[in-house]
Amino acid sequence: MQQIISLLMENKPGALMRVTGLLSQRGYNIETLTVARTLDPTLSRMTISVDVEPNIRAQVIKQMNKLINVLQATDVTDGPAANRELVLLRIRTSQSTRTAVLKEAEIFQARVVDSTTEGFVLEVTGDGEKLDEFVDVMRSYGEIEVTRSGVVSMSLDNKKLRLSPPIPRGAAPEEVLELQEAE
Amino acid sequence: MAAYLSPSALLFKGKQVTTSMANNLLSGANILLNCLLQEGVDCIFGYPGGVTLPLYDALYDHEIRHVLVRHEQNAAFAAQGYVRATGKVGVCCATSGPGATNLVTGLVDAMMDSIPIVAITGQVSTKLMGSDAFQEADTFGITRSATKHNFLVKNIADLPQVIHEAFYIAASGRPGPVLVDVTKDVLTGQAHYTPVTEIHLPGYRVFSEGHGGQIRRAAQMMWEAERPLVYAGGGIIAANASNELREMVEFLDVPTVCTLMGLGGLPSSHPNFISMPGMHGSYAANMGMTNADLLIALGVRFDDRVTGRLNAFAPHAKIIHVDIDPAEIGKNRHADLPIVGNVKKVIPKLTEAVREAAPAMKDKNSRARVEWWKQMRAWKADHPFSAEKSESEIKPQHLMTEIDRLSGGRAIIASDVGQHQMWAAQLIRYEEPRLWINSGGLGSMGFGLPAAIGAQFARPDKLVFAIVGDGGFQMSIPELATIANHALPIKIVVMNNGYLGMVRQWQELFYNNRLSEVTLNSFPDPEKLAGAYGFKGRTVESVSEMPKALEEAVAEPGPYLLNVKVTSFENVYPMVPAGGALNEMVLRPPQPVEV
Repeated sequence: MQQIISLLMENKPGALMRVTGLLSQRGYNIETLTVARTLDPTLSRMTISVDVEPNIRAQVIKQMNKLINVLQATDVTDGPAANRELVLLRIRTSQSTRTAVLKEAEIFQARVVDSTTEGFVLEVTGDGEKLDEFVDVMRSYGEIEVTRSGVVSMSLDNKKLRLSPPIPRGAAPEEVLELQEAE
Repeated sequence: MAAYLSPSALLFKGKQVTTSMANNLLSGANILLNCLLQEGVDCIFGYPGGVTLPLYDALYDHEIRHVLVRHEQNAAFAAQGYVRATGKVGVCCATSGPGATNLVTGLVDAMMDSIPIVAITGQVSTKLMGSDAFQEADTFGITRSATKHNFLVKNIADLPQVIHEAFYIAASGRPGPVLVDVTKDVLTGQAHYTPVTEIHLPGYRVFSEGHGGQIRRAAQMMWEAERPLVYAGGGIIAANASNELREMVEFLDVPTVCTLMGLGGLPSSHPNFISMPGMHGSYAANMGMTNADLLIALGVRFDDRVTGRLNAFAPHAKIIHVDIDPAEIGKNRHADLPIVGNVKKVIPKLTEAVREAAPAMKDKNSRARVEWWKQMRAWKADHPFSAEKSESEIKPQHLMTEIDRLSGGRAIIASDVGQHQMWAAQLIRYEEPRLWINSGGLGSMGFGLPAAIGAQFARPDKLVFAIVGDGGFQMSIPELATIANHALPIKIVVMNNGYLGMVRQWQELFYNNRLSEVTLNSFPDPEKLAGAYGFKGRTVESVSEMPKALEEAVAEPGPYLLNVKVTSFENVYPMVPAGGALNEMVLRPPQPVEV
């Protein structure tokens, strides 16, 4: 089963490479990855789904939390979290199937984002299973092309984000440690 | 010189900087050196090149000392030697492209052994980056997994902040190497230098104090155990916590094993010191691990070379695991009681908690503990490391015991990697921390000689031995020039058996004695080799002359290269075969069977 990891990290060059490098150096294949900046433009939120053996999932999270640019890494596989994905699907339709395609799209609450005499581009969001089904149904009506965004996740847990305060330069590491923990 | 030195000198002393001085434009190279000075750097190991020309120009009349090594890999190793001997952050420097790629082995080595070094590398100008420019390499990408953290500086305004962050990251928490890649235009650029007053790393959290409740529970477990054993590692050395360790094991009177990285954490002559555990560890240490009912693991990472087959490791023991790196807890072995913290801070608290619980708990298992100690002492007495000797030949073990005699547990021993490393770990005493310098985790051949250089620069007062094999020595021969150049009085002892001994040992034992590509012929004449560099050297083959030859080497005021021809086919024992359990160790070579 895929592990879904939600990361809050500094929006800096190389930060993405550190996270993906950590997975690739262990030979894990990343299934999906999305990243975009947060309300605070200096930070990014990343959602990764990756196939990791269950017994070392906790270790992967710990290693990610060790990365200097990562503020928080959370395993949201077993929730509580809202996981959604977006699909853009282009379908060729003949005059005879157009109505049926639109009917199906409606069932999946898909929106038409482009319509031509050749066919449609449909946009739909949902969890992975629903999207798989949508793609299967559409395939039965004609030739399709699909782009998926990969899962984005919003944790429903109120996990407190603990950040380190600024450190006076020149303080010996040990003194600084105390400052950090007194907080 | 004064033009740039005066502002930095004033800043360094914390005096007020006059406006005119503060408005002085400084080059990126000078800003970089100022930052290093503020971090207390007194010595850089490096090798110049095209894009670091501006930096070397600034170094030309700067008060920071630069040591020119003969290969960048050795700059990283020498910086490590400097750290391992002192605990201060070491600095190495290389140019872009090949300079930076040559550093990589030294960086990974530092990563594996948690050694804080800061590597400064030059990068081609921002405009040229990505154009396959001359001597361009993706240093930032290449060293991502070789460092604790790395930086690429493309803007001169970021430079001071980054340098100070690099030093802070390297030295704090679980220490490690940090690389700063600086583009040439940043080095040549000019900027108003404003000293950095604080650094901000919001995502970098260090846990040092340890959880009070966990510490009290640990103290309970320590009293409740019948067969407790302290398993102390490199964390004790890194945190300078040997006094704290000593106090604890004395109060609790518990037997203690120190790993390869932890040697010197407890003095070798200390009555509570058992010895080193693991693949080539002692019988007593490995049997102790196997039979203990409580392991007090302090600054260790349950490395495979220590544990042997993991599912058979310490099968009866509960584990108290103290480590500063949360990712080490439970990584290889489940911790029954984890404490995330700095051993320097946690151990005194543990001792205090043990002391508080003593009146109620002290007598509970005292009889069982006496029995345990009796058992440990018997194992230690019955199966010491074998200090083989022969009338006719020099046994490598004999060589180590002679070096031990001259060191008296006080000399710095920088070792290379292989059989000699194991014998030096087994048979030489380390009465203080930071005397035993070796590449533990990565096992990089060619480490010993440059590490000895770094250690001798850091500790000019100390007798430094570089104990190397004939294989690793030949990987580091270029550094003989550095040694000669600075007349470093390092005693280079080549344990020469004519083979890549450790590889050969495995071929003998596990590959049907098919000795494939392990013979090292054509070793250079040491007298001529050392002579070519302008110092003394010789070969000793006779066992009666060997102790005297060592004494002569030590008496020589300058460097000395002593090539010791030892018996060729000696192997390291005890040995836990790969995949074996600690108690399945083989104690001696297979004996010929009578038919």
